[in-house]
Amino acid sequence: MLKKRLIPCLDVKDGRVVKGVQFVDLIDAGDPVECAIAYDKAGADELCFLDITASNENRGTLIDLVERTAEQCFMPVTVGGGVRKPEDVRTLLLAGADKVSINTAAVFDRDIVNKAAEKFGNQCIVVAIDAKKVSGEGEAEKWEIFTHGGRKPTGIDAVDYAKDMDARGAGEILLTSMDRDGAKIGFDLGLTRAVADAVKIPVIASGGVGTLDHLVDGVVKGHASAVLAASIFHFGTYSIEEAKQYMAKAGIPMRLDGYGD
Amino acid sequence: MLDIAIIDYGSGNIRSAQKAFLKAAESFDVRASVKLTNNLDEISKASHLVLPGVGAFADCAAGIQKVEGLWPLLNQRVIKDGVPFLGICVGMQLMALEGHEYHVTKGLGWIDGLVRPIKPKDDALKIPHMGWNKIYAQTAHPIFKDIKIGDEGQHAYFVHSYHMDMKTSSQCIASTDYGGAVTAVVGQDNYIGTQFHPEKSQALGLKFIQNFMAWRP
Repeated sequence: MLKKRLIPCLDVKDGRVVKGVQFVDLIDAGDPVECAIAYDKAGADELCFLDITASNENRGTLIDLVERTAEQCFMPVTVGGGVRKPEDVRTLLLAGADKVSINTAAVFDRDIVNKAAEKFGNQCIVVAIDAKKVSGEGEAEKWEIFTHGGRKPTGIDAVDYAKDMDARGAGEILLTSMDRDGAKIGFDLGLTRAVADAVKIPVIASGGVGTLDHLVDGVVKGHASAVLAASIFHFGTYSIEEAKQYMAKAGIPMRLDGYGD
Repeated sequence: MLDIAIIDYGSGNIRSAQKAFLKAAESFDVRASVKLTNNLDEISKASHLVLPGVGAFADCAAGIQKVEGLWPLLNQRVIKDGVPFLGICVGMQLMALEGHEYHVTKGLGWIDGLVRPIKPKDDALKIPHMGWNKIYAQTAHPIFKDIKIGDEGQHAYFVHSYHMDMKTSSQCIASTDYGGAVTAVVGQDNYIGTQFHPEKSQALGLKFIQNFMAWRP
C-alpha cells in the first residue's frame, strides 16, 4: 500500500535557512544542506526547499545548494520559489531537484504548467497554491488564490484553479492556507478536503501545523496525500520519527523503515 | 575496477543517479568509475550500463534515437555482449515492446510488455502513483540480496502514471500494490529494470545499487 508522506520544508533566503532551524546536534543550523542531510537521516519521506530570495542575483546560491544536497541526500527533493519560465524548471532539475514547484507564474500564465509538464513530465511539476478563505460565517465555504505572500487577491477560486492545474498536467499540488501559515492552529481542513477531493493528483497540505494531531487531521479529515510542516521540526518540538509513529498509531499508513539511513 | 556508464541522452535529473552510484560504491567499498556519458566509445567499453529516464516514453525514446548509433549499440551490448544493464523508471519502461503514452512508440523490445496507464481498481487512488510503497518479489533474484522486501520489508520510492503491462509473467521480477498489482521490477538474463527510483530510495536504494554492481549474470 502506498504510504502517506511527511515532508519537512526549509525556507531558504540567499542560500541560508531562514525562520531558523534548531536541531540539537547541527554544527551550522543555517546551512540548508546540513539540514537536508539531517532530515534524510531522520527518515523524512521527501524534502522541500522554498527559496524566498527577493532578488534574482542570488539565484546561483539556490542552484549551488540544490547541487550539494543532491550529492548527499538520496531522497526526493522539491524546490520552489521564483520559478517563472520552463527554463527555470530545467535549471533546477539539472541541479538535482526531483520536482519543481511553480507558484505565482502559473497564476498569471497558466500555460507555463502545460509547457513545463510536456517538456519535463508531469511527475516533476508541482503547482503551489496559496489560498485564503473569503466566505463569511454561515456562507458556503470559498477560498481565493492570493499572491505576493498572501497580500494580493486575484479573484480566482482556489478549487477551480486546482482542477485546471490538474487538467493542464501538474503532477501534484502544494496547497498552503495563508490564513493558517505560521499560526500553529492546524491546516484549513475545509480547504484541503475541497481541493483534494476535486483533483485526481496528490495534494500536499501545508500551513498551520502546531501539533502532531494537526498532521493526522490533514490526512484523515483533509484527505491529503502528504503533509508538510516547518517549524515543529526545525525547533525540535517533534522529531520526524515521533511524528511518523504518531500518525501510524492514528491508523495512517506510514513508512517506518527510513530512520538512520 | 567497475566501469559504470550512466547513459546521458538529455533526460532530466541524471546527476542523482550518478551520485547514488558513487555513494553506494563508497559505502560498500566497491572500486568503480561512474560516468555520465553519451559517448559510444565509452558505452562500448563500460562494464555496467545504466539507463535512467524521467518524463514521457516517446520523448525518452526520441532522446535515445537522437544520439546516433546509441539504439543499436544498446542492443549489441546488452543482448549480444551480455553486459549487466539497469533501466530506471522510464529507462525501465523503454525495455518494453511499446509505450502507449499519448501515442504508440516503439521500445527496445527486450521485455515482453506494453507500457500503459496505471488503472487502480479504487477510483479514489491518486495518479501519479507517487511516494513510498512496498515491493513483492515474484521470483528470487540476486538484486534483492540482503534487502528486506514484502509485507515486513522496506519501502521504495515511486513516481509514475504508466507502468509495464506484462505479457509474460516470467519476466516480472517484482511488483507493488496500488489498487492492484503494478510492475515494479522486470528483467531477464543480464538486464533488469526498476519502476521505482533506487537513487531516491535511501537505504534500500543504495543497497539495491550495490547489488547491481556486484551482480555477475
